[in-house]
Amino acid sequence: MKQVLEFEKPIVNLKEKIAELKSFTKDSEIDLSEEINTLEKRLESLEDDIYSNLKPWDRVQMARHQQRPTTLDYIQELFTDFIEFHGDRFYGDDEAIVSGIAYYKGNPITVIGHQRGKDTKENIRRNFGMPHPEGYRKALRHMRQAEKFNRPIVCFIDTKGAYPGKAAEERGQSEAIARNLMEMAGLTVPIVCIVIGEGGSGGALALGVGDHIHMLENSTYSVISPEGAAALLWKDSNLAQKAAETMKITSYDLKELGIIDSIISEPKGGAHQNVKEQAENMDKVLQKSLTALSAYSTDELLEKRWEKYKQIGDYKEN
Amino acid sequence: MLKFGKKKKYASIPSEQSKLDVPEGLMMKCNGCHKIYYRKEMKKNIYVCPNCGYHHQLNARERIESLFDEGTFKEWDEQLTSSNPLEFPGYEEKIDKDRKKTGLNEGVVTGKGMIDGQETAFSVMDASFRMGSMGSAMGEKIARAIVNAQNESLPFIIFTASGGARMQEGVLSLMQMTKTSVAIKRFSEAGGLMISIMTHPTTGGVSASFASLGDYNFAEPGALIGFAGQRIIEQTIREKLPDDFQTAEFLLKHGQLDQVVNRHDLKQLLTTLLEMHKKGGEHA
Repeated sequence: MKQVLEFEKPIVNLKEKIAELKSFTKDSEIDLSEEINTLEKRLESLEDDIYSNLKPWDRVQMARHQQRPTTLDYIQELFTDFIEFHGDRFYGDDEAIVSGIAYYKGNPITVIGHQRGKDTKENIRRNFGMPHPEGYRKALRHMRQAEKFNRPIVCFIDTKGAYPGKAAEERGQSEAIARNLMEMAGLTVPIVCIVIGEGGSGGALALGVGDHIHMLENSTYSVISPEGAAALLWKDSNLAQKAAETMKITSYDLKELGIIDSIISEPKGGAHQNVKEQAENMDKVLQKSLTALSAYSTDELLEKRWEKYKQIGDYKEN
Repeated sequence: MLKFGKKKKYASIPSEQSKLDVPEGLMMKCNGCHKIYYRKEMKKNIYVCPNCGYHHQLNARERIESLFDEGTFKEWDEQLTSSNPLEFPGYEEKIDKDRKKTGLNEGVVTGKGMIDGQETAFSVMDASFRMGSMGSAMGEKIARAIVNAQNESLPFIIFTASGGARMQEGVLSLMQMTKTSVAIKRFSEAGGLMISIMTHPTTGGVSASFASLGDYNFAEPGALIGFAGQRIIEQTIREKLPDDFQTAEFLLKHGQLDQVVNRHDLKQLLTTLLEMHKKGGEHA
């Protein structure tokens, strides 16, 4: 069963009605093709209307959609000969992050991403895409390897956040995230980050220090979930919809705030409607980024990375 | 059967005015052992309880006073303050209120000065300003302080005290974690010495960025330090957390800190560390 989002219900209802009419005409003599035609036209305009007017909260639902493509889906579509590597060499292997190497258009790259599941079983295995410190340390281990072998790094960001657990704190969740921020800042190879679903707080950021940052149109990037923000700021998690708007978390908001480089458009109805089309859109942006970045010397690359982050922020000097 | 149940306990919430009054008061009650002390007596002891050793929070000015040689501290970017980038309702009023309350323009004071004759760059966060939360202004001030330290070849010492990211600045506040971390990386690559001292509380985005990135990371006794909030963790894992969870001592036990340092020993420790790092390790 496909998950239907609240705002999509009128579309689904209309689709059902059309299907009903079609099956009715098949079994009877009555010709309803004209009515069906009208309805199909209405469906098209309805879809255009709904999908081109998505509110921030609708995009949050899209970003969390059960069938939304994950890191492994994009690896499959964009790269060849992917080899996954496990473990941080200190404690364990965190399956909430996948990491490995592959070919992209004939050149080796390191690819790292948060990995969530699409059903309960897979989600339990992947801890709902919420990493422990060992996940971030595994990622860092592979980033250093990328640096050693001079491979660019592609990071896919897709997490509600770093896992808030007892063991995670004991093993230094803060330190693991902080370390990645600092070390990514100095990696001598190009880093391209793409937010594909939810970009949740420090847990997302720990794979998110890059030379170029892109976001899928219906992904989000925020300091806290809309529910969390509503609970914290207004003591009412039911105000999540309002928080989604106020906190400015959509791809369009982040572009306007000067944080991301580009928005990658999604197929009508979201990435899950057509993974291939989505991957093609992503492919164009990724290729452009890597071509542009590979032209820089190491010094230029690091200097530009600093320039990029240095200018983020909004303050006053009286 | 007991006829008389436990008396209901009511929590009393101090009014805004009384909150303001307390720091001005003649007496203060220790948060640890609840003994009453003359404020002056406590101040002389840098707000460490003479009875139980509880470390009360210091504000930025008090911290600077407790460490720097008199008259040597020179402040940087004093005028830098928050704007309201997301046009968040009520945010500017909150900032104004805390500016009046603390006499600061932002929740961090940066600058340079002498600790026992040795010059160092310095940032100290102040938890009484918007709970020490980090927004764009704080990120900018800290990043600039690190850059200044690098340019002037000074060590960089930071005292952290923060509830985490400044919610009202949304993702811009999140990005300050990156901004400061990139600055630290550059400073570190240039051979700069960074010392982080985590004080109560150091949580969320601050703990997950510069607070954890010192060459040496210390904490004051009893300080709350952690990434996620305890209530959220309890709700997630559905078990009760140990009493010492996310305290400085807990972190030390789990290998996340170099030392837990009593406030009275801090100045000596910093002095020795600064001294030891002046020499480049040449052994004649």
